[in-house]
Amino acid sequence: MKLPEIDLYLIAPEIILTAFGFLVLLADVFSPRTEKKGYLGILSLIGIVVAFFYTLPLIGSGKSGFEGMFTADGFALFLKVTFLIIAFITILISMGYAEREGIAFGEYYALILFSTLGMSLMASGTHLITIFLGLETMSIAIYVLAGMLREDRRSVESAFKYFLLGAFATGFLLYGIALLYGATGSLQLKEIATYIASKNLLRNPMLMISLVFLTIGFGFKIASVPFHMWTPDVYEGAPTSITAFMATGVKAAGFAALIRVFFTALPQFRPDWTSIMWLISVATMTVGNIVAISQSNIKRMLAYSSIAHAGYILVAFVAGNDIGISGILFYLMAYAFMNLGAFTCVILLGKKGEENTLITDYSGIGFKYPLLAASMTVFLLSMAGIPPLGGFMAKVYVFSAAVKEKFYWLAILGVLNSAVSVYYYLRVTVLMYFREPQREITGLQFSPASVLALIIALIGTFYMGLFPANVLSFAQKSIVGLM
Amino acid sequence: MILPPVPPAFYLVLSGILFTIGVIGALTRRNAIVVFMCIELMLNSVNLSFITFSRFLQSIEGVLFAFFIIAVAAAEAAVGLAIFVMLYRSKETINVDEVNLLKW
Repeated sequence: MKLPEIDLYLIAPEIILTAFGFLVLLADVFSPRTEKKGYLGILSLIGIVVAFFYTLPLIGSGKSGFEGMFTADGFALFLKVTFLIIAFITILISMGYAEREGIAFGEYYALILFSTLGMSLMASGTHLITIFLGLETMSIAIYVLAGMLREDRRSVESAFKYFLLGAFATGFLLYGIALLYGATGSLQLKEIATYIASKNLLRNPMLMISLVFLTIGFGFKIASVPFHMWTPDVYEGAPTSITAFMATGVKAAGFAALIRVFFTALPQFRPDWTSIMWLISVATMTVGNIVAISQSNIKRMLAYSSIAHAGYILVAFVAGNDIGISGILFYLMAYAFMNLGAFTCVILLGKKGEENTLITDYSGIGFKYPLLAASMTVFLLSMAGIPPLGGFMAKVYVFSAAVKEKFYWLAILGVLNSAVSVYYYLRVTVLMYFREPQREITGLQFSPASVLALIIALIGTFYMGLFPANVLSFAQKSIVGLM
Repeated sequence: MILPPVPPAFYLVLSGILFTIGVIGALTRRNAIVVFMCIELMLNSVNLSFITFSRFLQSIEGVLFAFFIIAVAAAEAAVGLAIFVMLYRSKETINVDEVNLLKW
């Protein structure tokens, strides 16, 4: 019998994230209770930077290991870089916000690191066990994080709803996996694809049901219509830093696993899932944008806008060509920068006990806090898809992928939807610059870490809009060998 | 008396029935703990499927997956019950209909 080969360099980023997660927990326990806990955030930031430097040398190697359970191909690494950026910015935001709200415990930072670990496993897994474990590592950590504000009823309620619906969706995902296993006899994605191709199982009812259940399970994680009902409630109630993390990280990880499973294991069923996804994509964009218009709470509005963005990304998923998949990677990164930036502005406009999350609270802040209002405007315009910002280029790639595959209606509906979205993004901008303040907002404290996060997000948004070629060519190199 | 072996299809049908009961229960029950029990029933019906397939296909992976599901379900239960306790402290109820602070 041969012992399996173990290549620890392949999972070095994951090991480092785990180790630093535990280190943060220990540092919290062994430090005096009265002390301020700012260094815990710094320790987690160091962990993320170290993990980042262990991710970089893997790029281009395209190695996989652990008996086909884990891969470090370009697709996984691009997403890992995205996840690490997201976690980095989230922790920067948290350092001010968590301190302000009194939740800056070691667990808070450790759970962010653990859920980042889960995300990387989801992107890297080529075996359904790895993908499932990654998904659950991420989700369970996020359930706790969403309810971190124990005194706030809305936060508790958001954790409650997320937990029940998340566990419910997990049941569907698992049943889908079980049927897939029963029909093909394997859990390894490539082996599943080979088996389906060799036995010609295209009309196997078990696989058809499995396909539906997998769509439900992943559809929940990426918040696509009709599995989006939890999104606004959870995003509104959760601590704002965690909302930002969920809207960017969890969504990106959901897309990573969705793309991996559908394109690697089930490419034979492309005609079947293309039509389902076409419908889901259109419904997701439309519902997200139309309901966002009538929102009065900015966190809720951004939640609906994140649903709409999932719809745009699904446009590229339906197209499914090279431009489409690299467009998705580009989109996820651009979306991470602009959405984290927007949530940072939301955080900065609040203070302890006074969140100021109503959209009307934004009236007139353009004169009082010009830099904050200007950055918010940049992020909102980028989400609306105005050139020369990152969100514009992302949409160009996504829609051109659809046009290239002759999904003209899908592209047209996407562009129309993005025109609708301009309305509610601009409404906030108009309020900020052309309305008198409705009530006095004073005494805001801009913590240096949050300002740094804001600057990084601004640079990212502008860079991806002005020099998209660099990131896009990285994305295009990343998807070689995925399909 | 030796009973004839139960064909694998029976187990799969049972698993399907259990899963359906779980889904219906999760959608119709109002007590959060009962809803959570129904979700656990869904997960366990999946375990039954995995083990049946594993035996039928003579492959070990299905049993392994079932073990992972059990472990994850335990972690989920720990977090979930903690969330329920937290909810009960703040609202004095765990009826899912009365958890309605967040809505449009």
